[in-house]
Amino acid sequence: MGEAKSNVSMAMEDAVEQALAETQGLDGALMPLLHAIQERLGYIPTPAVARVAHALNLSRADVHGVITFYHDFRTSAPGRHLVRLCQAEACQSMGSEALAEHAKARLGVDFHHTTADGAVTLEAVYCLGGCACSPTMMVDGRLYGRVSRERFDEVIGALEQPG
Amino acid sequence: MSITVFVPRDSAALAVGAEATSQALIHTAAARGEEIRLVRNGSRGLIWLEPMVEVATAAGRIAYGPVAAADVPGLFDAGFLTGAKHELMRGPTEEIPYLKNQERLTFARVGVTDPLSLEDYEAHGGWRGLRAALARGPADIVEEVVRSGLRGRGGAAFPTGIKWRTVLQTEADQKYVVCNADEGDSGTFSDRMVLEGDPFLLIEGMAIAGLAVGAARGYVYLRSEYPDAERAFAAALRIAREAGYLGASILGSGRSFDLELRRGAGAYICGEETALLESLEGKRGMVRYRPPVPAVKGLFGKPTVLNNLVTFAAVPVILERGAEFYRDYGMGRSRGTLPFQLAGNIQRGGLVEKAFGLTLRELLYDYGGGSATGRPIRAVQVGGPLGAYLPESQFDTPLDYEAFAGIGAMLGHGGVVAFDDTVDMAKMARFAMQFCAIESCGKCTPCRIGSTRGVEVIDRMVLGERREANVELLRDLCDTMVHGSLCALGGLTPSPVLSALNHFPEDFGMPAVPKARAASCVTPSL
Repeated sequence: MGEAKSNVSMAMEDAVEQALAETQGLDGALMPLLHAIQERLGYIPTPAVARVAHALNLSRADVHGVITFYHDFRTSAPGRHLVRLCQAEACQSMGSEALAEHAKARLGVDFHHTTADGAVTLEAVYCLGGCACSPTMMVDGRLYGRVSRERFDEVIGALEQPG
Repeated sequence: MSITVFVPRDSAALAVGAEATSQALIHTAAARGEEIRLVRNGSRGLIWLEPMVEVATAAGRIAYGPVAAADVPGLFDAGFLTGAKHELMRGPTEEIPYLKNQERLTFARVGVTDPLSLEDYEAHGGWRGLRAALARGPADIVEEVVRSGLRGRGGAAFPTGIKWRTVLQTEADQKYVVCNADEGDSGTFSDRMVLEGDPFLLIEGMAIAGLAVGAARGYVYLRSEYPDAERAFAAALRIAREAGYLGASILGSGRSFDLELRRGAGAYICGEETALLESLEGKRGMVRYRPPVPAVKGLFGKPTVLNNLVTFAAVPVILERGAEFYRDYGMGRSRGTLPFQLAGNIQRGGLVEKAFGLTLRELLYDYGGGSATGRPIRAVQVGGPLGAYLPESQFDTPLDYEAFAGIGAMLGHGGVVAFDDTVDMAKMARFAMQFCAIESCGKCTPCRIGSTRGVEVIDRMVLGERREANVELLRDLCDTMVHGSLCALGGLTPSPVLSALNHFPEDFGMPAVPKARAASCVTPSL
């Protein structure tokens, strides 16, 4: 929590205030609030923690604890596209590990890293519910099944097309 | 007269191209001057045939699949709008053996109707359970559910009616109904299919639970990995509320019930009921000590009915047709049906709803058609990442809670994941420990530390380091996890680990199990 509040850009503050307004009055509002912030900004900036804690009458440690507990919440900006490869058992039975090796080589990053050009963040995920059409991946919220290396390259290639 | 054509919007269908298929149908029909009415239904659960296109004809619905966008012009050429023959034609949908031989009580409407059409829902028997419940008193509804023999479909198989009775009998100013839709087990997708294919069913089931225990508020805790399901259910909630199926006076009865949809954030442990409640309250998903059970002290400290989605989805038919109707399906103490999910390395993956009692072999071969790769199926994991790995010698075990407990396994949420003979079971055992280490909430030591130590011990075994001593150590560690963990994550992770070790010791560098002994092999200490 080293960053001073003055570093928060106006846009960031606006996003946090909008998220607060949207989730006001909910019981147990913290999770919906964090989701609402992340939907707007792509991540939860550290300066937002104090604002959230104040609004919900929690300690900053409470809020920080929740953010770091859940795999989905991130504290730095992700790439422009989020690629999540399922690595759970059903997908493993259909070669998801080999697909992951291919993906890492193709993108030049390991899991939970972003390509140098900021285009793609690669993540491992454990089950996307497409277990009868394994292996699966989710790209920007869209599910793909029976993903071969060729299909992976196609989808990634289309992401990097201008426009 | 326009012809009705169905293309699923189920996310597994979308994952293999249903959107492109639907676009191709619209454009080709327009170009050829054919008038079609396109319905985006749920999936029938024949995922291997997705994208599966159905056409409504005088002779019923005719199925074609899998239909890629490129196949669409050919289908029009063949005259599929009149149900004509084509190499992708599968005949009348209801006659496809995979579907015909199922016993669909919970999934009766999934894939049949337009998921967001109240007219369809009503026309196919929707709200009858809720109407029946509205005409009865709370204790009466609870006893109907008790008599049906319904047990929790999330995995623990606790009798649902008994849980509801506890909530009903606990005095409080506020009670809650909470749906566990945090379907994190690999190999499971039945919750998702209901949300996308028949979302009003969940609303109906939860409303009945509310009437039964005197709760006016409910929450659906849905995992974030299901964005399509979230959109579908959010839309269903709006529609149901506007039409008066939820709100201050449901169906004009003067009884109130409303639901809120909440999204998880990628923590497997939040599928554990007390961690889920913590998460709903806006906290880290840390497991709670029990007692008190959630039925007495649950969400925000109030009595809470907390059931898996499929449990709620099974309730309307029980109220509509009576406890006996439901109880007449199944075997032993496993009553009714379970929507099994066939997944992984399987030729015909999908959803198979059957009464308890069929064997794993029937499911794998009669329905599944063997492995997808054509190689022998070597191991099957039933019940998610905490379920045991079963070898071929145990494939004749009936799918029944007690029969599975008898071999040290569990049915869990009904997920069945097949592996062919290229699987390395030591690697799968290691993965089970590693997954536990990643997903542990960290509250109890056996799970938090034990899982990491488990990975290390398996690594040493595989390297051949003091193998006998390390096997002993692994068994000892598993014993500690089974008996010392707070919840099922730490308590059941030893199940896949030890079943892999017991049935497939050769993968750990040990002598193989003699064939004669294999069938009677029970995973010890479970």
